[in-house]
Amino acid sequence: MTAVAQRVPRTDRFGPRDLLAEAAAGIGARPGRLILTILGTVLGIASVVVTVGLAQTAAGQINKQFDAVAATQAVAKPATNRGFNGNERALAPLPWDAPDRAERLNGVDAAALVAEVDAGDREITAVPVHDPSAPRVTSPTLLATSAHALEALDGRVVQGRYFDEGHDTRGDRVVVLGVDAAQRLGVSRVDRQPSIFIGDRAYQVIGIVDGMVRRTDMRSAVVLPMGTARTDLGLASAQELHMHIAVAAGPVVASQLPTALNPNAPETVTVQAPASTSSVQQSVQADINTIFLALGAVALLIGGVGIANVTLLSVLERVGEIGLRRALGATRRQIAAQFMVESVVVGLLGGMVGAALGVAAVTIVSAVQSWTPILDLRMVGVAALAGGFIGLLAGLYPSLKAASIEPISALRGGV
Amino acid sequence: MTVLDLLGDAPTESPSEVPPVVELRGTARQFPGDPPVHALHPADLSVGAGEYLSVVGPSGSGKSTLLNLLGLLDRPSDGEYLLDGIPTAHASERERAALRAGHIGFVFQAFHLLPHRSVLENVLLATIYSGVPRAERRDRAVAALERVGLSHRLDFPPTVLSGGERQRTAVARAVVSQPRVLLADEPTGNLDSESSEAVLELFDELHAGGLTLLVITHEDDVSARAQRRVRIADGHLREIA
Ligand SMILES: Nc1ncnc2c1ncn2[C@@H]1O[C@H](COP(=O)(O)OP(=O)(O)O)[C@@H](O)[C@H]1O
Ligand SMILES: [Mg+2]
Repeated sequence: MTAVAQRVPRTDRFGPRDLLAEAAAGIGARPGRLILTILGTVLGIASVVVTVGLAQTAAGQINKQFDAVAATQAVAKPATNRGFNGNERALAPLPWDAPDRAERLNGVDAAALVAEVDAGDREITAVPVHDPSAPRVTSPTLLATSAHALEALDGRVVQGRYFDEGHDTRGDRVVVLGVDAAQRLGVSRVDRQPSIFIGDRAYQVIGIVDGMVRRTDMRSAVVLPMGTARTDLGLASAQELHMHIAVAAGPVVASQLPTALNPNAPETVTVQAPASTSSVQQSVQADINTIFLALGAVALLIGGVGIANVTLLSVLERVGEIGLRRALGATRRQIAAQFMVESVVVGLLGGMVGAALGVAAVTIVSAVQSWTPILDLRMVGVAALAGGFIGLLAGLYPSLKAASIEPISALRGGV
Repeated sequence: MTVLDLLGDAPTESPSEVPPVVELRGTARQFPGDPPVHALHPADLSVGAGEYLSVVGPSGSGKSTLLNLLGLLDRPSDGEYLLDGIPTAHASERERAALRAGHIGFVFQAFHLLPHRSVLENVLLATIYSGVPRAERRDRAVAALERVGLSHRLDFPPTVLSGGERQRTAVARAVVSQPRVLLADEPTGNLDSESSEAVLELFDELHAGGLTLLVITHEDDVSARAQRRVRIADGHLREIA
């Protein structure tokens, strides 16, 4: 070769940067058309993101309910009416064997009576400290429960143990302390068998408990067995029957418990149990999801066909340009790559815009419903990429068409 | 920098060592049909480096057919065509594309400028496919446009240019990557006489700078500008003495 030809080094022949730049210029040449082209993909991707996003958010909402104690908690109370003096009074007290009766029902895992005990003027103090100069602190609250309170109230033992049916029926002078009450009374260990005093009677501390998420006030209370409270402190009745129930057992428990507790007068018992997240409701939700996903799929199909159409149209419009590029030295492969990349970029754009719109929609709906929006970010990324994939499929035929154009015939027309 | 600088002086080697830039050896093109069209009968032609040759002939005589063959846009149905000594008739499409990119500059009657790209971008397009190093592309394109007198139109879309300006843009695009030969098919066919004159003057200057030119035309006064003339009639090539 001669000197003239060697003057220009041929190093950067249509590299990836050139490919991207040419594709971008091709897309940017007709911005108005671009919007119409990506519309289908935008709608398709957006509806898929919204469907999946709302499903995830709703699932999160349901999980939250289950996490919340509410889903496995039921409480029975005596029905009340207003007496002549305007005070609420119970129609009938809960029976003392209410826990046994409740636990015989299907779906009730544990049940325990809880009562607030009036200590009268008895002070609750710890031994051996009795310092007259110390400021008087308010006594901890005094509660009484039956044996299975730990299970029924979602509590846990920090030290020692909870009392059992034996303590309850014998009326043993034992107590369990909530963690806060234990701290206030200066009881840190139970293995030395410490005692506390209610009035002038000593009660052995057999355990310290925490949790008790259904009655958090128990953490700062001194808890007696029900039987002990009846004999020593004249407890007349319990106020609440707490139950730990199986998930979704709420309606059954609510309907059966009054009769179980008081067969002669079931109306004297009111039950608060969680309504089940009905299976009907769930399947409706699933149907809606299916419909939305199907709509999304149809929109994506239309979006893909739209991209394919517009890319093909643009190939036909740009026959002259293709011929020129071939004359300038473009290979068939480079021509195909250019239209392919244009189509993929258009699809990606549609995917990203659609994903962004979908995220916005999920966020707005969640804000309106005061839900916590939950969206898998990977899913959003995949949705945007899916747009690119649609562009890839849609670009196949137009790109092959563009590559097959013969430069001579192409150049006979104008650009 | 000017195009003349880019192109440098005429080759210093003696012609005997250098193969012709363009060499047809019994090259023919016939289009199948009933009867088949002999658009170009077997032709021999040799164009040396730095020559300015015109091919003149009436409409339908086979000028474009010849140019398409010379520009590697079409393959001869018979014979061989050597570009810069490289046989091309049976070369792969990939090789032929590379030769088009590196060895040939085209100027078309219809300009073929991309309407949505600026004048500068249109010229840059040729550097992309011919592989001019990225860092040099812009400078070369600007220099080429300066050379054709369009440095004040770099960022204009070609749609607002006059015909003469469009064709000069096309010439800048054709020479920006320093081809071995410039092929022009009816370059003045769409221009008024004044613009035609400007383009032909440009060709004279490029020729003076050492570029090999092959201009196809049906106008005698255009062909008269060339150093050497070839007439084509009914697909037969004949040198005009
Ligand atoms: N693709 C083709 N198929 C059949 N005949 C063709 C084809 N291209 C050109 N021809 C014929 O070849 C002859 C020369 O055409 P062309 O080279 O375009 O002439 P010019 O450019 O000199 O006007 C014409 O008779 C034309 O009809
Ligand atoms: Mg012609």
